Amino acid sequence: MSKYFYKLTSPLFAVILGLLAGAIIMLVSGYNPVEGYGAMLAGIAGDSYYTGETLRTIIPYILAGLAVAFAFRTGLFNIGVEGQLIVGWLAAVWVGVAFDLPKIIHLPLAILAGAVAGSLWAFIPGFLKAKFRVHEVIVSIMLNYTALYVTNYLIQNVISDNQDKTERIAETASLRSPFFESLTDFSRLHWGIFIAIICVFIMWFILEKTKTGFELKAVGFNQQASEYSGMSVNKNIILSMVISGAFAGLAGAMEGLGTFGYAAIKGGFTGIGFDGIAVALLGANSAIGVVLAAFLFGGLKAGAINMPLQTGIPSEIVDIVIALIIFFVASSYFIRWIVQRFKKGAK
Amino acid sequence: MKKRKFGLALSLVLAAGTLLGACGNSENDDKDSSNGKDKKDNFTVSMVTDIGGIDDKSFNQSAWEGLQAFGKDNGLEKGKDGYNYIQSKSDSEYTTNLNTLVKENYNIIYAIGYALAESVDEVATQRPNSQFAIVDSVVKQDNVASIVFKEQQGSFLVGVIAGLQTKSNKVGFIGGVDSELIKKFEVGFKAGVLSVNPDAKITAQYAGSFGDAAKGQQMANNMYSSGIDIIYQAAGGTGNGVFTSAKELKKKDPKKDIWVIGVDRDQKEEGALKVDGKDYNVTLTSMVKRVDVAVQDLAKKTKEGNFPGGETIEYGLEENGIMISESQENVSEESLKAVNEYIEKIKSGEQKTPGTEKELKELGFK
Repeated sequence: MSKYFYKLTSPLFAVILGLLAGAIIMLVSGYNPVEGYGAMLAGIAGDSYYTGETLRTIIPYILAGLAVAFAFRTGLFNIGVEGQLIVGWLAAVWVGVAFDLPKIIHLPLAILAGAVAGSLWAFIPGFLKAKFRVHEVIVSIMLNYTALYVTNYLIQNVISDNQDKTERIAETASLRSPFFESLTDFSRLHWGIFIAIICVFIMWFILEKTKTGFELKAVGFNQQASEYSGMSVNKNIILSMVISGAFAGLAGAMEGLGTFGYAAIKGGFTGIGFDGIAVALLGANSAIGVVLAAFLFGGLKAGAINMPLQTGIPSEIVDIVIALIIFFVASSYFIRWIVQRFKKGAK
Repeated sequence: MKKRKFGLALSLVLAAGTLLGACGNSENDDKDSSNGKDKKDNFTVSMVTDIGGIDDKSFNQSAWEGLQAFGKDNGLEKGKDGYNYIQSKSDSEYTTNLNTLVKENYNIIYAIGYALAESVDEVATQRPNSQFAIVDSVVKQDNVASIVFKEQQGSFLVGVIAGLQTKSNKVGFIGGVDSELIKKFEVGFKAGVLSVNPDAKITAQYAGSFGDAAKGQQMANNMYSSGIDIIYQAAGGTGNGVFTSAKELKKKDPKKDIWVIGVDRDQKEEGALKVDGKDYNVTLTSMVKRVDVAVQDLAKKTKEGNFPGGETIEYGLEENGIMISESQENVSEESLKAVNEYIEKIKSGEQKTPGTEKELKELGFK
């Protein structure tokens, strides 16, 4: 009982602290925080278009958050979600551009391609960790850059003829939804929202209801004990990374097939994969928690766009406010971790 | 004890945050304008930048200067009832930002940069009652006016200057993203250099981004150390790194010939530095593209009710939309003479300026 209470209160506390700190900064810099947050709220829910865009922003955050959270539960830190996302994005778009199939085959195939590409990319650090004990953080950070530049090369030289983006995907591979468009005044909200929700359920189901999930978690808690009780630690490490990568790849596929409809050369990371780490932390690595945290992040990001225009608050201050909220969120995890350490130490 | 530490951390963060926050607070904030949501009598204009932002010292900034000038001429104020801008932080925001401005009912909405073309196309279809303009790209829609420039002409001219003034016979080109638009800069420049100096060696590289000054600096460092003495940059915010690199090298050895050719605006200020009390400037010249003039022109036309929807307006030497910068103290007499000759030749059609690799080859340049 008190455990759940604590789980819920500490992230909430962090968010409130972050918002308060942001308000103080706005006040000191001569802006009205009530107006500022008002504009942010208006940018989240003030108009059906903004609601649609906010929900659209949330889709990849949910999936990226799931990817990080899943690996965390097995004791792995998948910091390579960003790279897996980029690879998944490209793979999905590639299938979307290259084939001419009926929608019922094309769309699932493109989505699947994204997931498979993501898992293959995550398999590398998983394999290296399992076989040679190379730390997954180092490998996956390196692979982020590899993914970025390899996809840039492929887009420019293989898929397109020296263009800076691929062609638009075929209509049959698109997640775009005329229904949502009419509902939300042409926002880019797409069917991916259901895929994200299904994935939340899948993660919960795997971890809580299956033997594999139990093994994965057991490895996360204590590798030696798991090994001793006859589980294959190596297999579970690889499996965990592969599933995590599939979620990340799906996040990319959502961007490619839903939001953008193409893959463009990127000058830098999208940031979604890294924000996914914060989403997972804030959501305490649970499926439902990730959804709630993704709502918060998506809301902040989408609402912030409105702040400079409505209130004249420079976008730099908006960035600081968001960063502070993330900071407190991250430190809430840290605080909890310290408190737990102290409790253990006292015993 | 723990609590006290937490409090300390909290106050430190707040202090740091407020300090940083205060830095960004030079803009005048008129809060009254934000309450006047009801009605608009003014003619209002707004723009969406690409990821370079309005302080990119390049074409976003130039466009914003154009809007500011238009606002001044027409007694408008910055804000929702006058002229305004939104900066895009990533390419996923282009569509959102355009739509946000549509919702604010601006009379004309500018999209700055070819990167926004796809988004403009989409939003313009969905919002047939709004008027858009795109700079540097063509979008065929009845409610979109397209503004393009003949960058190859200006690039040719700065190429002529570079070809005549290089001492090492090696010149460089740093582009933002390898694309149709930036290719116009590159091949125009090449043609200009080779027209006056057929033996010159030209190295062209792309940073892959318009917003990565660190990368620009690194690429410029490599070029200068390989003996290149003049770099023409067409890289938006990335190009600021080229200036940083050039100024650092100049600081170390003021006698060395290190030059940058600026782009879009007169980038003289970017190249100024002081060594031992003496003023230097690494900006050789700039290829000026009057985005500000084009933006103002169009706003004026639209205000008079003559919005050129569906049309493509092209600015070149003839329209005074393309030129070399007015600050010419680093340009030699000989180059200036050559440039003036070529201006006449280009205007009369005698000298063709290539806009693509193919045209470059067809004109007999390698």
